[in-house]
Amino acid sequence: MKHAHIPGVLVALAASVAMIGCGKKEEPKAAAPAPAPAAAPAPAPKPEIVVKIGHVAPLTGPIAHLGKDNENGARLAVDDANAKKLEIDGKIVKFELLGEDDQADPKTGTVVAQKLVDAKVAGVVGHLNSGTTIPASAIYNQAGLPQISPSATNPKYTQQGFNTTFRVMANDIQQGSVVGTYAVKDMGAKKVAIIDDRTAYGQGLADEVEKAAKAAGATIVAREFTTDKATDFKAILTKIKAKNPDVIFLGGMDAVGGPMLKQIKELGIKAKFTTGDGGCSPELIKLAGAASEGVICTQAGLPVDKLPNGQKFVEDFTKKYGQIQIYSPYSYDAVMVLVDAMKRANSVDPVKYLPEVGKTAYDGVTGKVEFDEKGDIKNGAITVFVIQEGKLVTLKSEGGTAAAAAAPAAAPAAAPEAKK
Amino acid sequence: MSGESGRSPRGLQQWLGLLLLVGVLLAVPFVAALGGQAWVRIANFAILYVFLALGLNIVVGYAGLLDLGYVAFYAVGAYCYALLASPHFGIHLPFWVILPFGAALACLFGILLGAPTLKLRGDYLAIVTLGFGEIIRIFMNNLNAPINITNGAQGITLIDPIRIGDFSFAKTSTLFGISLSGPQKYYFLLVALAALVIVINIRLQNSRIGRAWQAIREDEVAAKACGINTRNIKLLAFAMGASFGGIAGGVFAAMQGFVSPESFSLMESITILAMVVLGGMGHIPGVILGAVLLTGLPEALRYGIEPLQKAVFGRMIIDPESLRMLVFGLALVLVMRFRPAGLWPSSLRRRELSEVTD
Amino acid sequence: MDTLLQQLINGLTLGAVYALVALGYTMVYGIIGLINFAHGEVVMIGTMVAFTVIVSLAGSGMPPLLILSVGLLIAVVACMVLGWGLERVAYRPLRHAPRLTPLITAIGMSIVLQNVAMIIWGRNYITFPPMIDKRIYEVGGASFTNVQVAIVVLAALVMIGLTYLVQRTRMGMAMRATAQNQHVALLMGVDIDRVIAMAFIIGSALGALAGCMVGSYYEIAHYQMGFMLGLKAFTAAVLGGIGNMAGAMAGGLLLGIIEALGAGYIGDLTGNFLGSHYQDIFAFMVLIIVLMFRPSGLFGERTGDRA
Repeated sequence: MKHAHIPGVLVALAASVAMIGCGKKEEPKAAAPAPAPAAAPAPAPKPEIVVKIGHVAPLTGPIAHLGKDNENGARLAVDDANAKKLEIDGKIVKFELLGEDDQADPKTGTVVAQKLVDAKVAGVVGHLNSGTTIPASAIYNQAGLPQISPSATNPKYTQQGFNTTFRVMANDIQQGSVVGTYAVKDMGAKKVAIIDDRTAYGQGLADEVEKAAKAAGATIVAREFTTDKATDFKAILTKIKAKNPDVIFLGGMDAVGGPMLKQIKELGIKAKFTTGDGGCSPELIKLAGAASEGVICTQAGLPVDKLPNGQKFVEDFTKKYGQIQIYSPYSYDAVMVLVDAMKRANSVDPVKYLPEVGKTAYDGVTGKVEFDEKGDIKNGAITVFVIQEGKLVTLKSEGGTAAAAAAPAAAPAAAPEAKK
Repeated sequence: MSGESGRSPRGLQQWLGLLLLVGVLLAVPFVAALGGQAWVRIANFAILYVFLALGLNIVVGYAGLLDLGYVAFYAVGAYCYALLASPHFGIHLPFWVILPFGAALACLFGILLGAPTLKLRGDYLAIVTLGFGEIIRIFMNNLNAPINITNGAQGITLIDPIRIGDFSFAKTSTLFGISLSGPQKYYFLLVALAALVIVINIRLQNSRIGRAWQAIREDEVAAKACGINTRNIKLLAFAMGASFGGIAGGVFAAMQGFVSPESFSLMESITILAMVVLGGMGHIPGVILGAVLLTGLPEALRYGIEPLQKAVFGRMIIDPESLRMLVFGLALVLVMRFRPAGLWPSSLRRRELSEVTD
Repeated sequence: MDTLLQQLINGLTLGAVYALVALGYTMVYGIIGLINFAHGEVVMIGTMVAFTVIVSLAGSGMPPLLILSVGLLIAVVACMVLGWGLERVAYRPLRHAPRLTPLITAIGMSIVLQNVAMIIWGRNYITFPPMIDKRIYEVGGASFTNVQVAIVVLAALVMIGLTYLVQRTRMGMAMRATAQNQHVALLMGVDIDRVIAMAFIIGSALGALAGCMVGSYYEIAHYQMGFMLGLKAFTAAVLGGIGNMAGAMAGGLLLGIIEALGAGYIGDLTGNFLGSHYQDIFAFMVLIIVLMFRPSGLFGERTGDRA
């Protein structure tokens, strides 16, 4: 199991902590990637406090692979934050991740949320699905805990009037309009067929794409549906084939997109295939094989590997946990946003640092993170990719600002054609 | 018909037992809160499932009709509450209007399901009820167009909590000098409702209708020959079971503040059925035990497995999440293997079965 | 018109798979009246085993067809053992228990198998390495692949073989006798335990075969794939009349075609009020309507209640 790597890392970390704790002068920074700001040769070791951060995602069930991915992203963030030996309110902070499984079940979601509240976590990253994120948000809100979802895209999540709900991922409306417009304007589609998987995510995204494509002047020739558990799409694809569209859009995950692409090929459909972030993953390429060639897809945020922080993230993550699925960069950023807010508030008390979360301006691995008054990411960037020779190749980015050059000199090429 | 629950000279003992039970039930939310409010929430879900399992027990345990789509009624109740007490339609009715209405609506659906399936027996009935449950779920998932009724897969948010005047069940408040959290209030509400269902169940069991159900369960043809109107009696079983499901759904919606179709999957029906069978079909204490165990076990395993593995092997061998469901499945198999009639079957039923040879 | 033909081809392929899985349900049900809820998981394990074998042999330089056959063979054997084990551990001790008891053990076993598979093969979707060069044929505007042809042909062969086994061999006769009346069959010298075990073993072998077909058709496998497939196949078995082998085959094919036509034409039939999101409803609706008029399914005989 991928878990097995963690103990080693922890041991290394513990060792480095021990080394510093002993106050030896033999380069205490050796194991830490970033220089610890205050680990100067202080004679008395600083007091340490443990800050728990909750993370919730489904670790069992059909999308467990995404849940694990999210958790790993958060774990990496916690490890990185610990390596920096942050000092808040005169104490060295040691972050601890409490990872919970909500089974993608709303009921379990609330129990787990309560469990995290009981465990006195300082903040929560999660949940993965909108269906669990929304009922849990009421519990976090009551406890006054900031909650940052890395992947719940249902607009309603932040529209409940809670001051504790945030998301670091563009919502469906933002993404859908980019895909829809791109299909019509850049790909020149006149007839568009839209399929969604009848999940909150797929349905929401597909509706927005439909609106945007219509607004851009295309006709929707077919609106078909499947489920997130289906593997046979030939019936709906046959129907779509008869309508002869230029572009097919799928609102759904990679597990649906992969086999669907193969069946599109088998049926001899010539239309181009586009999909949103749920299908914009290496997993789609793996599942569809050669049939994924030429697929156009979008991801929220700027392309991770083009950002200065992003490259390091990709490297570290793949080394520790293997391939990135989809949302781990976002859960990484979500943890870092919490840490950043604590730093600015100089407190780990949710009451004190919650207002700071709203004022976040953080250069994350997915771009600049800023929240609007509802807690949605401001001006979230959307990047369009094309799959070429089994790789996701960036076509262009819309909206958003690249992480402003921080201390390390950011290469100007890091922001590819950013329009704003 | 003077079974174990009859009026025996041990009356005093029974009263003492009941008193003790009430004491324990009153103490539970406060004891559980010591381990964290999460345990109170788990207790609440356990009681909600007791409620559901007792409702299904009427259909499966008493009338012997294998129903794999029970969750449909639960969904109807939940959506009924959600639609009538949320900003979705802008309607905010008080709970004491919606809960009975939800029960009535679920009851209607129960009859709707029951009517075409009267002729079906055993496993045919099982698959049709299963299909019915799926049909309801699929409709809930898709009725956002052309007219937006259920808001589809995105579900309905901001559902009102149960509220009596200014006394809201969503907040912590102090009552008679005792601080009560939201989950603790729901606990008492649920216990009260469950008590009501238990009383109804007991009364039904020993009534004319209850005996008619048993007769149908044992031999439908013979029951018909004895002059029992099997059609009405079977429909009644569906309707009663469905109403309880509807009430449970309403409370669930209020408790969660959010409903979406994913809460009403087939797995949910199967879990409720497993509670009834595992505990002891047709036997009220058994069914309650089954519901409490099956709700508590996965949660207890969630807390227990990680430390256990660390203690035994010194490190994590298998992901605790995978192991949790594995142990759950194994428990189902083992319990059934060694106690085929359930953990706590009724002695009455056993006696009935052995007397059949006359 | 070519659309209709295409939809029929789609439905036929899907139906052939359903039929094979449905046979597994129906064989067990016909003999001991038990819904083997874990059958879908047996199919899943079959797919997974075949996948592992094929992947590990893929680099060995053996001809692809041979690798495929070896994978299939090992999967079938593995599932036979699994089916036998299931019967021994979970069902045989409960043969005289109340009717619903083995249903719960079956559900328990299905949870266990899923999670074991998840521990072994991981949570991610796995891709079947394409061993056969997929060729696409076009006839009358409809297209199909050689894999689809292979699936339908293989399914037909298996069904013929199975019919022969049940109708013409001693084992088959023992099975039919046991299905009719266990006690009398026992008195006639039939080894009931063996017959029941055989039903599980054959059913599981068919499941493994179906699993390999699904795997090579969709080129994708997942530890939860068995659940939906099992559910659909079970519906198919009931549609045809559970316990009846011809019924399972017909039910499977019918369900596949209903689903394809349903998804394809439901919108046109209802003036776009219902769309393909009601595809699954379509199958259940047909089931309910059929059962209203023929309470024992299309081919089922009216039998006494087993309750």
